[in-house]
Amino acid sequence: MIGTISTIMMLAAPILIIATGGMICERSGVTNVGLDGLMSIGACTAAIVHQLMEVAGVGRISLTVALLAAALVSMLISVLHAIASVDLKSDQTISGTGINLLATGITVFVCQRIYGTDRSTEFKMGMVKDGLGFYPTLYIAIVVVVLAWFILYKTPFGMHLRACGEHPAAADSVGINVRRIRYIGVLSSGFLGGLAGGCAVLTQTIQYTNTFVNGRGFIALAAVAFGRWTPLGVTGASLLFGASLALSTISSMTPALKAIPSQVFNIVPYLVTLIALIAFSGRDYAPKAVGIPYEKGSS
Amino acid sequence: MVKKLEKKKEKVPFIDWFLSSNGATSVAVVILGFLAGVILLLCIGKSPAGLFKAIGQSMFGKAGKNGSWNFRTVGDTLMFSVPYVLCGLSMAFANRVGLFNIGAEGQYTIGMLAAHIVAVCIPAFPGQWLLCILVALLAGAIWGGIVGFFKAKFKVSEVVATIMLNYVALYLYPLVCLYLLPEATINKSGRTADLAETSLLAKVLFDGSNFNIGFIFMILAVVVFWFIMEKTRLGFGLRATGFNKDAARCSGINDTGNITLAMAISGAFAGMAGAIMLLGSVRYAKILTGQDNYGFMGIAVALVGNSKALGCLLAGYLFGVLKSAYSIMQGMGIPKEVVNIIQGLIVIFISFRSGLGLIRDRRAKVKVRKEAEK
Repeated sequence: MIGTISTIMMLAAPILIIATGGMICERSGVTNVGLDGLMSIGACTAAIVHQLMEVAGVGRISLTVALLAAALVSMLISVLHAIASVDLKSDQTISGTGINLLATGITVFVCQRIYGTDRSTEFKMGMVKDGLGFYPTLYIAIVVVVLAWFILYKTPFGMHLRACGEHPAAADSVGINVRRIRYIGVLSSGFLGGLAGGCAVLTQTIQYTNTFVNGRGFIALAAVAFGRWTPLGVTGASLLFGASLALSTISSMTPALKAIPSQVFNIVPYLVTLIALIAFSGRDYAPKAVGIPYEKGSS
Repeated sequence: MVKKLEKKKEKVPFIDWFLSSNGATSVAVVILGFLAGVILLLCIGKSPAGLFKAIGQSMFGKAGKNGSWNFRTVGDTLMFSVPYVLCGLSMAFANRVGLFNIGAEGQYTIGMLAAHIVAVCIPAFPGQWLLCILVALLAGAIWGGIVGFFKAKFKVSEVVATIMLNYVALYLYPLVCLYLLPEATINKSGRTADLAETSLLAKVLFDGSNFNIGFIFMILAVVVFWFIMEKTRLGFGLRATGFNKDAARCSGINDTGNITLAMAISGAFAGMAGAIMLLGSVRYAKILTGQDNYGFMGIAVALVGNSKALGCLLAGYLFGVLKSAYSIMQGMGIPKEVVNIIQGLIVIFISFRSGLGLIRDRRAKVKVRKEAEK
């Protein structure tokens, strides 16, 4: 039982982190379809930095450095998305898609340059579980989501950010710099996306391969929509998605669940999200201005 | 950028033409993408010649001056471009109606699954492949149409809904193949029993290559796309819905029906791609464990092709060439990922293209002001 919960938390934590990033980004008025690519870049960076530092023998500090590097590199890539969607008023889904495509190329390219193969060399030891059986990533995720909640709902900056997602023209009219806020929104999703990738790669595997992320950035997007763009909702949705990912792997080993094909567990969260979106369609929970470039003086 | 433009004031017509022509900017974007790839190769000390040799090999069957002719690759390249073109059409069709269909991936998978079921479950009969393709079309249309219906009726974001259905399709494939189909159709080693001979697409023209009659269906699809979009009343209504949904409704166009229909047609293109990929390659079907990514690349194809039929055909061929070059480069010792990076950059540059619109607006404003001053 403890093992199951631990596995669920291991899988849910990165999703929660990246979904929080996606939530902040969308609340500021920018969709980020590129989360998946950002997570890949983070995972690749973390795996490489950790492996290289492990070989150099710097000790456990390399985990922290790897996570930070992952977050920063991914944030740097998300600048592309910010330029396109905030400054150049482009369709936000396009630059996000571009980042996803770019990520598959760049990560393998870098692995090729460093290791000569399509994947990073295995590192010996990733993160270790604490006394309760949890990885530190769980606590990172909790800190991230609580911090996001506090900033979004308890600080003036958070209110400005939400205003930019709901009605940028109104926000602009009271002197809020919409461009700056949206940049911050996109960059934080980049930062958290990279962090999530790092957290995932350092707990769930021992190397980066280009199939590792496997659409979890899209799962995070679903979690944001399912969680109705609120920290609490997103947390619940991430746990649900984490649990279903865990169940699909655990079910093949548990006699009681063996009769049910693992794919059933895979499908359920997506169907639930879809049904929830339809069921709650009477009220639109999405930020009003999400996905629409803001043009000064146009309305 | 703006300064540069002002310097070339004598050439105003060309710049204005360039800024307002989507085709010209698409070409420029592709050239920029390749330029970036070449610079990248130079940076790591590899000769970019190999990249172009591989591309030459895949397009004309001959690598550089000294290579030998090999037409097999020409046929393979044309075949590689089929799913890109079809998924591009899928994305483009929705795009013209103002929808962002990120779900070509799922519609492709469902089309493949439907064709697979027809190919293994019913007794073989001549012309079975045609039934397979038709069923795949239908399955893709339903998979896309559902989303259109939800979008029109319940205002569910089509981006989120299609992402959900992509995953449902991805897991439905192994679920159906491994648990619901008759025992005899399953082969335990991650692939199915052989498909019925009559369900395979006939290979024609290029000796030893994968080129088959699926290609003709793709060309047909391009023509159908063009005809529906540009030449029919339906297409006009769809485009009107895309330009301005409310205005279209006010002038008597059924926007709910149009959105559903547009997503269904969009899905049908992707479903067809799935069937052709299944029936046109090997005797057995592999049980999908991950996404084939043609659907996502289709987005890029549609963007580069400006959501036009001919544009998608050319852009799809470009991506087919790149895919073909990818496998050739592997044998040449050139980092093949450059191809993926070029593709990603092309899409990112495409998204930057809207910046040109800003420049265009500014130029128009300056012009008006100057004329007013006169």
